[in-house]
Amino acid sequence: MHPKRKSRLFLVLFLLAGVGITVGLVLLALNENLNLFYPPDKVVNGEAPVDRLIRAGGMVKDGSVVRGQNLEVEFVVTDHAGSEFRVLYAGILPDLFREGQGILVQGKLDASRTLVAQEVLAKHDENYMPPELAEMETQAPKPAAPSLPGLDEAAPLNSGGGA
Amino acid sequence: MSLKTLWHKLGSPRWFYELSGPWTTGFGVAAALLLAVGCVWALAIAPEDYQQGNSYRIMYIHVPTAILAQSVYMTLGVAGVILLVWRMKLADMVLACAVPFGLWMTALALVTGAIWGKPTWGTWWVWDARIVSMLVQLFLFFGLYALREAIPRADAAGRACAVLAIVGLVNIPIIKYSVDWWLTLHQPSSNLLTGPTMPSEMYLPLFVNIIGFYCLYAYVLLASLRLEILRREEKTQWVQQQLQQPLPQQPQAV
Repeated sequence: MHPKRKSRLFLVLFLLAGVGITVGLVLLALNENLNLFYPPDKVVNGEAPVDRLIRAGGMVKDGSVVRGQNLEVEFVVTDHAGSEFRVLYAGILPDLFREGQGILVQGKLDASRTLVAQEVLAKHDENYMPPELAEMETQAPKPAAPSLPGLDEAAPLNSGGGA
Repeated sequence: MSLKTLWHKLGSPRWFYELSGPWTTGFGVAAALLLAVGCVWALAIAPEDYQQGNSYRIMYIHVPTAILAQSVYMTLGVAGVILLVWRMKLADMVLACAVPFGLWMTALALVTGAIWGKPTWGTWWVWDARIVSMLVQLFLFFGLYALREAIPRADAAGRACAVLAIVGLVNIPIIKYSVDWWLTLHQPSSNLLTGPTMPSEMYLPLFVNIIGFYCLYAYVLLASLRLEILRREEKTQWVQQQLQQPLPQQPQAV
């Protein structure tokens, strides 16, 4: 290769590496500030602040949904790994909301670590299938309870440092 | 023809212009056929989703446009490196011509995502890592567009755009892995290449549409490159001849 081109190529690679390392370090420093929501264990162990508007997410625990008057609803959000918290909400739930569904709530934690939600969003996973196939799967013996999509993979990154 | 000869031939816009004519038509026809088949298959024949019902069908536009947005950006990055290192004329033209298509794909991916988000998540927009990194890419495309317009000297504009395109490459892995590195509302990847998480009657029309969108990209890029070649090489004799042959009534620049 022509020496002039070679030096220009190195300059370009140097630029790319420099920008890459810079952005990488910035993302590492921001780490879990880039997470959209607190998983259940962070809500339970106190990392999520009380009485501040936060987002928290997890799976709606089976059999935990209790409906009251005027769209009031109460349910438990769990990570199927021992951590769970209660959610109170009054409003319209998304169509995909159901027991066992991944969801995301925005609201404030009260002193008893119950989340008083202002907004409930549904999170769906990467699996798609026709209804008939889904029926067949529910009749078949069920494997381990599903975890929150994306939670397992993201967990190691969040293990260190405070919020 | 060896790769080395091809590389040297690519230095000649004239050679590229003469070669690319049939390819342009071919990609255009392929895109039209594939997208027609893919869209009918996706909208009318593919089954409903067990959770989302019919609203999941917007995936058949959302996923291809999002994939294409990344591919177009990677083309720009590669063209940027080639322009800075080898000063190839064609690379600068690619850097100029691919921007509008990439901008459209990124914007479409964001808009279809919002339309999909409302019925499934319950919101149009949420500031999660995937969506924000995609928004950054939209701004990069706008930046590339504006930068070229802002610098009057063509070669300086080309080099500035090349640097911006290369810097923006850093965003590509961030978009790709955002759903794995952080907690997001956006779903993780459905692994289309390594064993999709959906049955083939849902996956195949998506695959047809993705290939169709790639053909559309090839068609749009080649067609606009050919126009750009004629525009930039306007003063040369071969372009004058080209312009006189097919459209004799066209007013000629003297």
